[in-house]
Amino acid sequence: MRYEAVIGLETHAELLTESKLWCRCGTRFGEPPNTQTCPVCLGMPGVLPVLNKRAFELALKAALALHCVINRETFFDRKNYYYPDLPKNYQVSQNYCNLGRDGYLEMSADGGIRRVGIWNVHLEEDAGKNIHVESPGADYSLVDLNRAGVPLLEVVSAPDMHSVEEAEAFMHTLRRLLLYCEVSDCKMQEGSLRFEASVSLRRPGEEKLGSRVEIKNLNSIKAVTRCLAYEIERQSRLLREGGAVEMETRLWDEAGGRSERMRSKERAQDYRYFPEPDLVPFVVDEGWLERVQAEVPELSLGRRRRFVRDHGLSEYDARVLTEERAVADYFEACLAAHNEPKSVANWIMNEVLAILNERKVSIAEFEVPPQRFAELIEAADKGKVTAAAAREILGKMIETGKNAATLIEETGAETIGQEEDLAPIVEQVLAEARKAVQDYLGGKKKAIGALLGQVMRLTGGKADPKLAREILLNRLEEMARQP
Amino acid sequence: MAKPLEELTATAIRDAFLRRERSARSIVEEQFAILKEREVAVGAFLTVMQEEALARADALDRKLADGAQMGKLAGIPVAVKDNICTRGVATTCASRILEGYVPPYDAHVVERLIEEDAVIIGKTNMDEFAMGSSTENSAFKLTRNPWDRERIPGGSSGGSAAAVAARMAPLALGSDTGGSIRQPAGLCGVVGLKPTYGRVSRYGLVAFASSLDQIGPLARTAGDTALLLEAIAPRDGRDSTCTDREVPDYVEALEQPISGLTFGLPGEFFIEGGLDREVARALEQARRCYEALGVRFRDISLPHSRIDVEDGQLSSYAVACYYILCTAEASSNLARYDGVRYGHRSDERGDIIEMYSRTRGEGFGEEVKRRIMLGTHALSSGYYDAYYLRAGRVRRLIQSDFERAWEQVDLVFAPVSPTPAFRIGEKADDPLAMYLSDIFTISCNLAGICGISVPCGFSSEGLPVALQLMGRHWDEERLLAAAHAYQIHTDWHKRAPALEGG
Ligand SMILES: [Zn+2]
Repeated sequence: MRYEAVIGLETHAELLTESKLWCRCGTRFGEPPNTQTCPVCLGMPGVLPVLNKRAFELALKAALALHCVINRETFFDRKNYYYPDLPKNYQVSQNYCNLGRDGYLEMSADGGIRRVGIWNVHLEEDAGKNIHVESPGADYSLVDLNRAGVPLLEVVSAPDMHSVEEAEAFMHTLRRLLLYCEVSDCKMQEGSLRFEASVSLRRPGEEKLGSRVEIKNLNSIKAVTRCLAYEIERQSRLLREGGAVEMETRLWDEAGGRSERMRSKERAQDYRYFPEPDLVPFVVDEGWLERVQAEVPELSLGRRRRFVRDHGLSEYDARVLTEERAVADYFEACLAAHNEPKSVANWIMNEVLAILNERKVSIAEFEVPPQRFAELIEAADKGKVTAAAAREILGKMIETGKNAATLIEETGAETIGQEEDLAPIVEQVLAEARKAVQDYLGGKKKAIGALLGQVMRLTGGKADPKLAREILLNRLEEMARQP
Repeated sequence: MAKPLEELTATAIRDAFLRRERSARSIVEEQFAILKEREVAVGAFLTVMQEEALARADALDRKLADGAQMGKLAGIPVAVKDNICTRGVATTCASRILEGYVPPYDAHVVERLIEEDAVIIGKTNMDEFAMGSSTENSAFKLTRNPWDRERIPGGSSGGSAAAVAARMAPLALGSDTGGSIRQPAGLCGVVGLKPTYGRVSRYGLVAFASSLDQIGPLARTAGDTALLLEAIAPRDGRDSTCTDREVPDYVEALEQPISGLTFGLPGEFFIEGGLDREVARALEQARRCYEALGVRFRDISLPHSRIDVEDGQLSSYAVACYYILCTAEASSNLARYDGVRYGHRSDERGDIIEMYSRTRGEGFGEEVKRRIMLGTHALSSGYYDAYYLRAGRVRRLIQSDFERAWEQVDLVFAPVSPTPAFRIGEKADDPLAMYLSDIFTISCNLAGICGISVPCGFSSEGLPVALQLMGRHWDEERLLAAAHAYQIHTDWHKRAPALEGG
C-alpha cells in the first residue's frame, strides 16, 4: 500500500535590514557575541519596542509578491514561552491579525505550473543563540543575543505539497522569490533561511488526513528534503505494520539523519498569545501599499516565460538565466545594447556563468559591465573578431578593465577576413598537413576540421572561420580535380 | 531670615534659586537634613542619592553663575519611584528579583528631570512591581503614613506620597496603573495626577501592565503638579503608545476660570454603604465649595463602573475587568525576570527549568506570584475568550460610559478611596479587600483618561481625605485648573503632619 503525503512548510527568512526590528542595533552576521545589543534587545526592565518601518515594508513586499490579501490594519501579538535565548521570554510575532493572508506561490513542477497556497505571511523577531559549552566539566551554557530582535519573515504554506520533490520545488521557488524581491539574503549557512515542516499521510483518494507530525530545526533545503523522506518512510512503515502515527512535534538531527520526539515539557506549549500592548496597530494606507506594490519586481517564473516568448530563448536557457535576478538583469542590460538574445544568452551561460562558478562569486562581482560585454558580443557577432579571439579579449577585459574596441586594436585581434591575407596561410597548411589532405581527398570529409584547426592555430585564432573554410574547400576541390 | 525649605512649594524653591536667594547646594543640604531626620519614622526611600545630589547641586550653581539658560525645575529636589530607571542608580521595583540591579540607561522622565535642571534625591519605596495599594508589598521596607505611623501610606506609590507629605521632597514621580498615584496621594494628603494614557512616555518605567501604566507627578499643590507634568510630558519616540501632541502650558492653564463648568456625580460611586461616612461628608463639603465657585453638578451614570454592596461586601465589574487585564499583561511583562541576564539568580544548581522556578520562586513576593498566576490562567488556551477577551469588551463599555458622560459634563467628581488610610496589616491577608481599595480609581485607567486626587479634609482621627476629578483625554489643563481653584479657597494642603519626636 502506498500512502499519499500531505506536506506543509513554515519558512523563516531574516529580512535584509540594517537594523533590528525594535531597536537600532545592527544585524551583521558573525560579530563577536553580544556586541550588537542594547537595553531594548537585551530585554532590560522598562524598555519598549519601536517598529522598524523598513522591516514592515519588506515583509509587505514579500506578502504582495506572494499574492496575499493585505490586512490594512494589523497588529502584533506576544507569544509567551521561556527560553534563555529569548530575552523577554516572549516573542513579538503576529497571530491574530497577520500582515498578509490567503496568497499563493506559483512554481513549475511536473512540466507544468503549480500553485501552492500561502496561509499567511507575517513579521516577527528572531531569538538569540544558546551555545552549549562542550568542554569537560562545564555545566553551563552561554547566550549570544546579537541575533535577538533581528526581523524575521514567516511564510506559512497550506498543506498543498504531496512529495519531497514538490516541497523541494516550493522551497527553491520561494527562496528565489525572496532573493528577487531583495527582502532576504537567504543564506542558509548563516541561518537566514530556516524551515519547519508538517507531514501527514493518507490513503490515496481519501479526504481524511492522518495525524500531523511537525518537525522543527530544519536549517537548509537539503535538511528538509532529507527529513521529509525520512518522515514519510517512518510513518508509512508505522502504518504498514498496523500501528498508528501519533500527533507530535519532532526535532530533526541533521548530523544523525533522523528525527526525535521532543520532550513532553517542550511539546505541551501553550503560547498564551495576546495583543502586544507596547505597540499600536499599524495601518497600511493606499499610498504606502501602492509604493510597495511598485517595488515588487517581475518574479523568476514570469520572467522565464517572457524570455521564451519575447526573446525566443529555449526553456532551458530561460531557466538558467532567470535563476538569479541579477543574472537576468545582466542579460537584459546586455540586450539593451545589443539585441541578439540567443547570442547574448550563449555568451552569458558559456562564459560569464562559468567564470563566476569557478571563482565562486556572484554576478555583482563580475568586473565587466553589461554595456561593455554587449560590445564584445556584437564584435563577435559581426565577425569583427572570432569567437576564440573574443574569449581571450574577455579575459583581458576582466584583467585590465579596458573596453573591447581598445583591446581588439591593441592586440591586433581583428579577424583576418580578406582572402588575400588568408590564402597564403591556407597554402602553407595544405603543404604541411599532407596526411590530413590525403585523408580528405580519400573521402574522409571530417579531416577538414583538422585543416581548419591548423589555420586557426597559425593565425592565433584570428582567421574568419567561414572564409578560411571556404578557401580550404575551394583549394581541396581544385586538388581533387587535378591529381 | 528666609522661610524654612519645607514651607516652600517647588515653584518657590526654583524662584529662590533663580533669584540667587538660595544656592542649589543649600537647598539640597537642607532637603537632606529634613529627609534624614524623618526617614526613620516614615521609611519612604529605598535609595538616598545624597552624594550625587550634592554634586549635581554644585553643577547647577555653576551653571547659574555662568548665566546659562536654566530649566523649568532648576534646583528643585525630586524623588523618583523605584520602578523608574535611573542610570547608575539601583532600580529594584522593591523586589528581591531586582535587588542590586543598576540600569544602564535613564528613563525618558529621568532624562527630562535632568534636562530641566532638577536634582534627583532618591528612589522611593513601593509595592513590589507596583502591585498593591498599601506599599506593604515592598520586599525591603515598610513605609508609614506620615499622618499616623500605624497606618499605611497607600500604594503602590506609597514612598513618593509619604515623602511629599512629610516634606522630604517637594516633588515626586509615581506611576499609576489602577490608582497607584491618586490613592496614596489621597491617603497622604497630597496632590497626585494620573495623566492621560500616552501623555507621558513609559520608556524606562518598569512595566506592570503596559496598557494601563502611566507615570505622573505628586506634589503638595496643583501648581507644583502642573510644573512637574509640563517637564515630563514632552514627546518621546521610544514609546510607540506616546502621543505626538504638543505639551500645553499647564502652569498657565492653572488660572483658567472654572465658573460655569459642569461636574458629573456618578451615581454608581455614591451608593449607601460604599463610602466611609467621614469621606462622604468631606466630599459633600468639597462639592459645596465648588458650587460656591460657580461649578454646576449633575448626576451622571457610569453603569459599567457600578459598585455593588452585598452583606457589607463590595464588588465591581471594573475591578474584575481590571484584575484580568492587568494580571494578564503582568504575567508576560514579568517573564523576563529569569536569572539569565540580570537580577537575582538562585544559587541552587539544576537544569534550566529548575533555575527558572527557583529564581522566580525566591525572587518574587506573594502578591506578585499571585498576579502572575492569575494572569497566566487568564491567557491560557481555553480561557482566553472567557477572561481576556471579555474583559477587553467590558473595558470598551467603561470607555463608552465616559464618552457619554462627556456629552453632559466637563469633569467627573468622585471619591479617591472608600476609606481613609487603613492600619498596617489590616488587609494584608485579604487580597480581595485590598483590591477593592482601587474601586474608584481603576475606571480612569481602563478608560485611558486623566485623573487627579486633591486633599479635601481630614477624618476625626486626623487622616487625610481626598476628592478625585477625572477629565477627558488630554484635558489635564482643566483638571489642574479645577484643583488649583479649590486649593486657593481651602487650606487642607497647607497642613503638615506632626513628625517631630516621631
Ligand atoms: Zn538593540
